Amino acid sequence: MTDTLAKDHETVRAQQRTAAAQARRLKTLDSLFELRAFIALGVLIVVFSLLSDSFLTVDNVITMTRHVAINAILALGMLLVILKGGIDLSVGSTVGLSGVIAGELLQGLHLSPFDVVAYPQVWAVIVICIAVGALVGAVNGILVTRLNVAPFIATLGMLYVARATAMLISNGTTYPDLAGNPSTHNTGFDWLGQGRPLGLPVAVWIMIVLAALVAALLRSTPFGRWLYATGGNERATELSGVPVKRVKMAVYVISGACAAISGLIIASELTSAAPQAGDTFELNAIAAVVIGGAALSGGRGNVRGTLVGAFVIGFLADGLVILGVSTFWQMLIKGAVIIVAVILDQSQQRFRRRRAAASAVAVAAEDAEDDSRNPQRVTSEA
Amino acid sequence: MTTATRTAPVLRAADVTKVYGGTQALKGVSLDIVAGRTMVLFGENGAGKSTLMKILSAVESPSTGHIELDGRPVAFGNARQAADHGISIIHQELSLCPNLSIQDNLFLGREHTHQGGVLVDRAAQRKLARQVLGRLDESLDPDALVSELRLGQQQLVEIARALLQQARVLIMDEPTSALSAPEVEVLFHVIRELKSAGVAIVYISHHLEEALSIADDVAVLRDGRMVATARAEDVDLPWIVRKMVGREQASLFPAREPALGAAALEVEELSVADPTSPGRLAVDSVSLTLRAGEMVGIYGLMGSGRTELLECLAGRLPVASGVVRLQGRRLTGDIRRRIAAGLALVPEDRQRDGLVQSMTVGQNISLASVSRFVRRVLLDRRAEADAVNSTIAGVTVKTAGADAPIGSLSGGNQQKVVIGKALMTGPRVLLLDEPSRGVDVGAKADVFKMMAQQAHNGLAVLFSTSEAEEALHVPDRLLVLVRGRLVADVHPHEITRDRLMSLADGADTTDEAHHD
Repeated sequence: MTDTLAKDHETVRAQQRTAAAQARRLKTLDSLFELRAFIALGVLIVVFSLLSDSFLTVDNVITMTRHVAINAILALGMLLVILKGGIDLSVGSTVGLSGVIAGELLQGLHLSPFDVVAYPQVWAVIVICIAVGALVGAVNGILVTRLNVAPFIATLGMLYVARATAMLISNGTTYPDLAGNPSTHNTGFDWLGQGRPLGLPVAVWIMIVLAALVAALLRSTPFGRWLYATGGNERATELSGVPVKRVKMAVYVISGACAAISGLIIASELTSAAPQAGDTFELNAIAAVVIGGAALSGGRGNVRGTLVGAFVIGFLADGLVILGVSTFWQMLIKGAVIIVAVILDQSQQRFRRRRAAASAVAVAAEDAEDDSRNPQRVTSEA
Repeated sequence: MTTATRTAPVLRAADVTKVYGGTQALKGVSLDIVAGRTMVLFGENGAGKSTLMKILSAVESPSTGHIELDGRPVAFGNARQAADHGISIIHQELSLCPNLSIQDNLFLGREHTHQGGVLVDRAAQRKLARQVLGRLDESLDPDALVSELRLGQQQLVEIARALLQQARVLIMDEPTSALSAPEVEVLFHVIRELKSAGVAIVYISHHLEEALSIADDVAVLRDGRMVATARAEDVDLPWIVRKMVGREQASLFPAREPALGAAALEVEELSVADPTSPGRLAVDSVSLTLRAGEMVGIYGLMGSGRTELLECLAGRLPVASGVVRLQGRRLTGDIRRRIAAGLALVPEDRQRDGLVQSMTVGQNISLASVSRFVRRVLLDRRAEADAVNSTIAGVTVKTAGADAPIGSLSGGNQQKVVIGKALMTGPRVLLLDEPSRGVDVGAKADVFKMMAQQAHNGLAVLFSTSEAEEALHVPDRLLVLVRGRLVADVHPHEITRDRLMSLADGADTTDEAHHD
């Protein structure tokens, strides 16, 4: 009798051990899934450094990071919009518009009624450009929240409107020289693109600061919580008294402002502003967010993932250039990476659901066993 | 098994378990369905009736156990395959495409084509549609848009679709909830006709008497388990109610000694337009007063306007006419302002309106009051965690912790989270729309106890229910809502179960309601 009991006990212990091992394996697999963007980045760096001596040099890494920064700044704004369950296709055009306005202001603004030329100071130029970007975002926000236009359509419309505005202001031509003139006290714009405080390009610093701000916004403010909730279940969030419309409005405004900052950096790096600048940049930004593990349906994603996503895209592009791979192949490889990223994300979600279901069935089985031992018990809440 | 059947069952559920997230909707349920007989399934909200129907019709697949058709185990991948084998379901929620015609809906996915098989043979479809609608006593134009039909007519279209599929087993989940009395008669006539043609019927309804009147066999589910099966002639209504509610009924409902305070919520002549069919009133000139410390129940069936009334009070639906006052002050503005003023709603549909599935238990609980924890600009997450943990303890949520995903909780515990979220906003008036829906018996008792506790603490509590037992035992005062109108305002001890059911059925107001 005691023998069989002991044996039973042993069997149970063995089963528990197997279950625990299984759980550990699933957990490891899950964290591997979680880190897939990091792993991809690591693989990229290793492969490119093996294939080219010039890839993993300090200078090259800094150059590549500067390229990454432009996309990452756009992607941070895009992340917020995507967390809400929206999309912002207008950011590339806003990049161009922002540069054009900087060009117009730095070349001197002709105020025809007064017959004077105004030369705003560089800080004022920056503020005005960011405000214009925010304005484009505000129009997106109004279209989406007040007029119920689908985000894809609203921002697609603004993609054309903002680009056309940039063309109209510049008359389709490039502003060739944004260096300013000492006599009009508006020099220094080129610092944004060419300055290197503490050895790092200004663009990289801006990326770091913005990433920290957005991360804090998401993690440690009610706004962040509201944003995740809105993307997860807008109805329930609204019924909880959250100002959902203001949240949606805000993410488009922030996305527009981020695009304007990117536009300023590009114009400053080149000390010239072309109205075509930023064409299709929205796609790279979306790709970075998606590779970073955010769900296009909203409610899931974070700053860390988005940054890694931007690095994957940037390092991949620059690495392929260094290796002399043709642009056609570059595009093909980038497309494949995006699709693989989304497939991996889907399988992670499926895997998690299976894991949850498996544990729930186990609980159910345990419950049924309890009940058969305890037929008197009527209620059972797992 | 007490089912005394001599013939072999056509469809059989064998030891079926179903798990949703952390909720066990069914726990080892078996059921035999026999050709030419009507099986009526009884059970309270959340007993697992709809889940079992979905599994029988392959809308959902069982977590464990299986389904047998003609004695052979089957595993249909989807409802379409089940329908091709003669198992049809008419859902509680209509599954028609309102933008298509009756004809298009009837033949959706099974279009009749001309020879060659490409073009739809509309003439043939129209003829068949006329025939089948004729069997249902409906002279509807097959080319009319479904969106132009009354809800009851849409229900009949749904039934016509099942008839067209030559169902051998026809499952009806609350088919009469939207039908008028004459339409119900027609439906019952069709059911009898189908039975004599050898079709097995599985039937669920909230109207117990009505359902019992057409039953050949009855089965009672409680808390995800099959607690009794019998032949209809061997049982009566009280037996069914006893089985549905279970022995511990008395302990389910807390005893109360209400201490009433000042008027907390006053509603005067409130009307609300029906959001789904503008031009109709979902709530029609309702007046009521709710005092602090009072727990008031609204008894009303689906479509009675109970949800619209509560959602309007919460600021979700606009007021068509009338005045609402909270503690003497006129209540206006959006949901946010009403929550700030001290009114919180626990919505009926937890998944759709109550919870954000992508967030944790704690984040869901603090969602409505998270801005309270701001110090300067950032959240004081420790203060938030403390408040969340004390709410979790206060509403007795069973969870691995505040960081657990909300989906890992059972239905009852998810409901407690939604209630906890509402309570955390510090309301003076607490509205709960069907708080016991999809909640098993143990958690149900907790929920009512919690509501009584809040009333004891001086909150005014207003809740809706479609369960007569709850309506008669939980509230201090009972309002009966029928088609948007308040038809009774009584002490629950002053009304009998029968009187309540017949009031709520609105038999005497049926005709006028359908013609205004």
